[in-house]
Amino acid sequence: MKTTDVLEETYAALSANKIRSGLTILGIVIGIASVIAMLSIGNGAKQSIQGSIESLGSNLLTILPGVVQPGRGIVSSGRGSAETLKIEDATAIGALPGVAGISPELSRRFQIVSSIGNNTNTTVTGSASAYATVHNLNIAEGSFISDENVRGLGRQAVLGATVANDLFADTDPIGKTIRINGGSYRVIGVLASKGGFGFSGPDDMVIVPITTMQKILAGSDSYSTIAVQVANKDQMTELQQTISDLLMTRHRVSEADFSVISQEDILGTLSSVITTFTIFLAAIASISLVVGGIGIMNMMLTTVTERTKEIGLRKAVGAKQADIRIQFLAEAVMLTLIGGVAGTAIGWLISFGVTASGILQTSVSLSSVLLACGVSAGIGIVFGYYPAARAARLSPIDALRYE
Amino acid sequence: MASATKIEVKDVTKTYQTGDVLFQALAGVSFSIAEGEFVAIMGPSGSGKSTLMHILGCLDTPSTGTYALDGRSVGALSDDELADIRREKIGFVFQSFNLLPRTTVMRNVMLPLVYAGVPADERATRAVIALKASGFDESHFEHKSNQLSGGQIQRVAIARALVNDPTMILADEPTGNLDTKTGEIVLGTFQKLNREHGRTVILITHEADVARHAERIIHVKDGLIQDDSRSHTRREITHV
Repeated sequence: MKTTDVLEETYAALSANKIRSGLTILGIVIGIASVIAMLSIGNGAKQSIQGSIESLGSNLLTILPGVVQPGRGIVSSGRGSAETLKIEDATAIGALPGVAGISPELSRRFQIVSSIGNNTNTTVTGSASAYATVHNLNIAEGSFISDENVRGLGRQAVLGATVANDLFADTDPIGKTIRINGGSYRVIGVLASKGGFGFSGPDDMVIVPITTMQKILAGSDSYSTIAVQVANKDQMTELQQTISDLLMTRHRVSEADFSVISQEDILGTLSSVITTFTIFLAAIASISLVVGGIGIMNMMLTTVTERTKEIGLRKAVGAKQADIRIQFLAEAVMLTLIGGVAGTAIGWLISFGVTASGILQTSVSLSSVLLACGVSAGIGIVFGYYPAARAARLSPIDALRYE
Repeated sequence: MASATKIEVKDVTKTYQTGDVLFQALAGVSFSIAEGEFVAIMGPSGSGKSTLMHILGCLDTPSTGTYALDGRSVGALSDDELADIRREKIGFVFQSFNLLPRTTVMRNVMLPLVYAGVPADERATRAVIALKASGFDESHFEHKSNQLSGGQIQRVAIARALVNDPTMILADEPTGNLDTKTGEIVLGTFQKLNREHGRTVILITHEADVARHAERIIHVKDGLIQDDSRSHTRREITHV
């Protein structure tokens, strides 16, 4: 039997009962469409989170005092309690080859009152002028903390977008005064908004000169964070190790009293969480695919029973078992393939709709389309094989006698 | 008449087992049919004639004994090997026609050629020749099978049986679902094929009226051959 003959027979058989074929295909369409949509939404979420992490500064190594305990994540670091990062450490790290920028930071939470009477409780970060470049921040208005401010223990402050809005509402904050811990600070700049990410994003903070933070606000000469910008992304791991070794030597300890975390570590953790979540969604969606497959099998078994006489005749005029098997298998695979193509199109439309409605930037990857088509053809073969084999095994006599 | 031997049946028995019950449909039959013969196998229902037809048509194999078609024994062949023989040597005409539903006359007739691997353009040519030989009206070639009358349907079935150029045509109660007049025409077609094209025709029937259209009648009863003789009151139909 030639391929064109098989295709012609398949077309004739499927179009003979369009409604039944259509409903069976619908089962596969729904399954494939939901898998494609779930995967694309999962991918979209992953890319959106990767995007916002990268926007916080790429090629970034973050050095924290205290040990980030393995398995408990960065949340449970002993931040603030340990005071092991000193000015000399920052200087030494800054001198390492491959370091493009270094931003020593010290953060505390304070109650802040603005000159127009609003108040808020937020993180105040003492930083040097490198902070903006290292963390990839843009100034919306005014200017950032300058080296001069740092040298002169200046009473200047730069506000995050959210804080600026909280403290000054609609009025322009530049040149206004805020009070932090009883001291007056002049607002010299406002940061451009980065969009929501976590609880301590750059939108919700106030930045003052690091020296002012250490001497006046916190009364500490250590740092709570040293952010290091690496010149070349390929050197991240290497530099992470070098910094670690350097600080071990400097602190004269055998077990690290600090942690060096790369952006990739954070990204990796979050990505794996989202991947798990995506797989979970796709697994739920694929249940409907299995149900669709059972629908195919059901229809094919009905078809084989209905066409018992026809099968007998085909065998009587010389069809071999393989001819009959291929014919019915082709019908099942054709049903699932049509369902796969239509399902992919609808899944793509759903993902397009999600993107268009602005909820999330989704993307349908080629691999998920190939996966969907492969899976649907596979379902056709798996669920179509038993009915096809049953048809092929029918004895021509019994089949011809069947009423 | 007696040219080459087409069919050689020797001591053929067939026993079916249904659960614990054994049923002997054929108790040992022997006969031979020569090329170009028109033979009727006649018997009441339950006589074993259908079983004999299945064996002659290579739809089934004998339990014991031998059956040779064109000198080749088909006793112990596999399912697929039997399919090869059916495709190459046997044309079937069934009581219930068994055309493919909602399918054109041409496609129905070409069906055996599909399984024989005949190229598509050659199929149509051969189907037209077979349809003309079976006396089917040319203007109905592209009609669907469900748009035809009983007589037309059986002619399509005969054309389908002829299209492979088979060694023999095996007709199982071909007039069973037709009225007398249409039945006569169909039987006349078989006679014409036998007479003018030299086809070997085996007709299975339970009606003496039908059987007398053949030149030789084998009577079967209780799984045995009762009588094997030339038809003395042969009825010839010349106008078909």
